[in-house]
Amino acid sequence: MSIWIDSILQGILLGAIYALFAAGLSLVFGVMRLVNVAHGDFIVLAAFLALWFQKLAGFGSPFWTLLMLVPLMFVLGYVLQRAVINPALTETVLRPLLITFGLSIIIQNGLLQIFSADPQKLQGGQLEVASFTLPGGLAIGAFPLLMLAVSVTLLGGLQLVMFRTRLGRALRATSDDIKTASLMGVNTPHLFSVASGLALATVAVAGVFTGIRATFNAANGPVWLVFAFEAVIIGGLGSLWGTLVGGVILGVSQCIGAQFSPAWQFLTGHLVFLALLMLWPRGLFPRRTE
Amino acid sequence: MRSQLRKRSVHVKQNSRVSLITAWVSGAAVIFLAVAPWWMGRGQVSVLMEFFYYLALAQMWNLLAGFAGIVSLGQQAFLGLGGYTLFFLTMRMDCHPLLALLIAGLAGAIVALPGAAAVFRLQGAYQAIGTWVIAEVFALIFLQVQSLGAGSGISLAVSIARQVQIGAVRRDVVLYLVALAIGVLVTAFSYALLRSQTGLALMAVRDNELSARTAGVNSQRLKLMVFVATSCGTALTGALIYLAKLRISPQAAFDINWTSYMLFIVIIGGIGTLEGPIVGTLVFFLLREYLAQLGSSYLIILGALAVVVMLFLPGGIWGTFANRFNISLFPMQRWLVDDGLAEQNQSEVRKIPVATSE
Repeated sequence: MSIWIDSILQGILLGAIYALFAAGLSLVFGVMRLVNVAHGDFIVLAAFLALWFQKLAGFGSPFWTLLMLVPLMFVLGYVLQRAVINPALTETVLRPLLITFGLSIIIQNGLLQIFSADPQKLQGGQLEVASFTLPGGLAIGAFPLLMLAVSVTLLGGLQLVMFRTRLGRALRATSDDIKTASLMGVNTPHLFSVASGLALATVAVAGVFTGIRATFNAANGPVWLVFAFEAVIIGGLGSLWGTLVGGVILGVSQCIGAQFSPAWQFLTGHLVFLALLMLWPRGLFPRRTE
Repeated sequence: MRSQLRKRSVHVKQNSRVSLITAWVSGAAVIFLAVAPWWMGRGQVSVLMEFFYYLALAQMWNLLAGFAGIVSLGQQAFLGLGGYTLFFLTMRMDCHPLLALLIAGLAGAIVALPGAAAVFRLQGAYQAIGTWVIAEVFALIFLQVQSLGAGSGISLAVSIARQVQIGAVRRDVVLYLVALAIGVLVTAFSYALLRSQTGLALMAVRDNELSARTAGVNSQRLKLMVFVATSCGTALTGALIYLAKLRISPQAAFDINWTSYMLFIVIIGGIGTLEGPIVGTLVFFLLREYLAQLGSSYLIILGALAVVVMLFLPGGIWGTFANRFNISLFPMQRWLVDDGLAEQNQSEVRKIPVATSE
């Protein structure tokens, strides 16, 4: 019995990571329906940049790199969106799809050239091995718990931005009806770029945390992208809490599958995702009807 | 008393001088390519074989995304399935490899039927990601199949590879000819389909599904037809690819890059035209031939090209060119030709063929 409780608990913690991966994607996908194929590669990029900053500036803890990384990734997101993606945002998903696919190959192979194919890791120090023991003998790592907290905070923060600020109101209006929003004076190119900037700022956080949690290499992006998208789609377009729920469902499914056989971990996750998608093609908590 | 009326007489034509010349030149080129391996080097035969199967894959993705509006990032599911079907049939069932190619295509079509039920429930971005995940599921399932080598993959027995040789025709030449046939047939089939009334209905659905359905087009049935046909073709091509490669593994056969390359070729060339995938495949191969030795820099150039072309030539290379010069080598449109005023009996006025779906 306790094995199952344990795997559900581990699943929730794993799901928090997927939700962290997915936070920025959820924002961008919800606002402009952009299928950003390079999202996973941006997470890898952030992790590598953190590694580089840490060596360069001699930071003891990788968390300090966030001070540089978050603003940098925000600017990168803003500029890329403004210069490269906005001009290609049309009715079909195909043009932005190919552009982000192009960015994805550029990032993957650029990182491969600079940092080689060796797996890398950020050193989180004592925090990595600290753990609590719950009554009943279940142990929970302090770091996964911190990630859960960060994930919830980040998604909650984005939720606040979306529903409590002028910026969020403009973003939601644009998401609902871009033409009318533009007529009302919303500067959509700027707004989309801010959304992408925010998305990459969350990616910076995701990159640092996942880099401390486990090893990463230049080829990790696509797998992380799939998990992030699954979390977003299970939750429903435009719902940030939905993304958290989606991530947790995915994480728990994978951990339960892994209990039967390690080989079944990802398979179970994918099958649960597909089953949910067949039952609720618009996700569990769609913000509105399309 | 029959009234003599002055009626304007018109008719619809589907060919232009350019398209007729193209048809003759293409026919001659195919015949030339069919006999070419007898004086080409082995390296050239191998490169051209790859060219033809990439062309076939791209044409099929073009048909899906450019005409049926199905944005699939999971075509590698069918490609890998075709490859594995071939390995299973030849190594476990003693089937002749060339027969196994056809059965692999059939397997693709059979799997596409229930697959369509899932894929068609989704739209746009959801469809793209959903199909990708389905392909991942295929990969994870084949990772478990011990009898087909599981994760480490499996090699085709030499005795089976030898069966491909027909009389004095070398194995690589047979594979080349099969690839040529698939590439040409897929292109010709697309051309014939898109010029037919079914093709007209398909394009109507693509441009405005609601209007097309109001006009009586059964859009779901059309999409299903295209999905099953392209799945069949992709599986057949996948079987050919792995009959040539002689070794298959889940990571390679179900690699998302297969679909990424189709996407690249089709969109760079010009989606929604038949010339586009041909131009795209040429660009893809020229880059590869001249830059592949650069390793990962080559891929960076490929990615940068995708971004640049999408920014400055939104219709792709061919699409932009065709628009500028108003040219179409494989026209799918219909022209209304004014024959001028003709003294005609009213009952003899030629009827304008009206396009309907059924």
